[in-house]
Amino acid sequence: MTLARALQASRRYGDVLALDRVDLEVSAGELVGLLGPNGAGKSTLMNLLVGLRRPSSGRVELFGGDPRDPASRRQIGVTPQETGLPGTLRVGEVVDFVSAHYPDPVPRAELLDRFGLADLVRRQTGGLSGGQRRRLAVALAFVGRPRLVLLDEPTTGLDVAARHTLWDAIRAFHDDGGTVLLSSHYLEEVEALAHRVVVIGQGRVLADDTVDAVRGIVGVRRVSLIADHLPDLPGVVRTERVDGRLHLLTTDADELVRALVTAQTPFTDLEVRPTSLEEAFLAITSGDADQPTSTGQPAPAAAGGQPTTV
Amino acid sequence: MQLALVHARYQLLEIIRIPVAVFGSAFFPAAAMIFFVVPFAGDDPVGATYATASMVTFSVMSANIFQYGVGVAEDRDQPWNPYTRTLPAGPAPRFAGRVLAGLALTYLSLIPVVVIGATLTAAQLTPAAFLLALGTVAVISVPFTLMGLAIGYSLPSKAAIVVAQVVFLPLAFGGGLLSAPGDAPGFIETIAPYLPTRGAAELMWASVGDYRVEPLALIMLGVWVVLLAALAAWAYRRDEGRRFS
Repeated sequence: MTLARALQASRRYGDVLALDRVDLEVSAGELVGLLGPNGAGKSTLMNLLVGLRRPSSGRVELFGGDPRDPASRRQIGVTPQETGLPGTLRVGEVVDFVSAHYPDPVPRAELLDRFGLADLVRRQTGGLSGGQRRRLAVALAFVGRPRLVLLDEPTTGLDVAARHTLWDAIRAFHDDGGTVLLSSHYLEEVEALAHRVVVIGQGRVLADDTVDAVRGIVGVRRVSLIADHLPDLPGVVRTERVDGRLHLLTTDADELVRALVTAQTPFTDLEVRPTSLEEAFLAITSGDADQPTSTGQPAPAAAGGQPTTV
Repeated sequence: MQLALVHARYQLLEIIRIPVAVFGSAFFPAAAMIFFVVPFAGDDPVGATYATASMVTFSVMSANIFQYGVGVAEDRDQPWNPYTRTLPAGPAPRFAGRVLAGLALTYLSLIPVVVIGATLTAAQLTPAAFLLALGTVAVISVPFTLMGLAIGYSLPSKAAIVVAQVVFLPLAFGGGLLSAPGDAPGFIETIAPYLPTRGAAELMWASVGDYRVEPLALIMLGVWVVLLAALAAWAYRRDEGRRFS
């Protein structure tokens, strides 16, 4: 059963196309990671799915209905941005307020206990630490016993221990049959939680696959060097020559360099750099991989190349 | 309905935890009472009663324009507001809650004006007229609530503060709230019936004294209500929270 769906959904802000004909389906019981750099369109897609914004074109559905219809949202849980909690209200009051919207909410004490917030019931949210606020924000997504939770960057800015506490809570929910769509710009987080990864870049879905498949692609390195002639090299997914420099995108930079040396190829000025997530995907998806292009302009996506953590 | 009360309760909680906010909307009309009404009309029972009713109108207007205009605009800036829109409730409970909380605060902000009127001036009112005036306050809140909502939903908070401030003084003076009924300077008497403040003030005057309302002012008040309701509804529909372009 499909719980959430986007069909050719686009969203435009003024001149900026934040989301470009995105298709996505989330079925019951899945734990899907939405991975992409900042500004890729993850939050926009989330906002469409929870009914905060209308798609400029295309459609979005939640439990088969329009997300903007309150009835469609009865079985979802959403996390407010941690900075958005009303600072003067107490932790218990915030939970009670959200609970009032659901027919069968999780009892307050049980919920706060599950997220390690039991001692803070009487504290005003404005006085909480960043980690506590973030935990409360995520806890609110689970108040109404949802079937689907949508978590937009749930652990951004958390320390390792707090992050693992939240991961455990998300896993426990999924083990009980819950469905999760979570966005992150940490590959690590998506690897730790998700089974399926949807990679978004520049408003488009670049890949929709298993974690393993995506990890293979994201592990791509850019090896660049100056050489006249190259032997057959292992693991090269794309080759291009720009201003006399050869750029090789490879899944195994170590093996490639070893092969270069073993073949005694004359080369100079060797560089190995990580590719950004987006770059790796754009390079691989935009056209003829494995086809050495002897002349030719650099593909726009391959022009960046700063070391970026993904 | 249950949910509307929940929303009203938490909105009041949020406001009351910062008491200065409540103090603000009560201050200006109370100060105007002390500086204008007490020294100039304080000894005349009829004049003081009308003047107090004018100040009540003033207070209702400023409380509502600021509360909704600035309050709604600021809420739209807060990430909490979009979050509440993801909860499985339509806009009605939150809206109704806001109006209930707004009405409660309006009555609260009237207390100083009424206390000053009762203790420092010769103004007097029968209990029946007092109840009638209480009801009239709810009625005349309507146009100013709509005006506040139109401002709050169509402008970012910094612009909303300015517009609320720019709007409320001319409305108060132009509507003749700062003069006795029929006693304002000539040009004000000419324009007053066309402003929503005048119709509202006439209703207040009629509720506390032997005042015959001018039909033109009431008709115009009705026109304002329809206009402002349409504007507020349009601004609300257009709103998707804070926008960037």
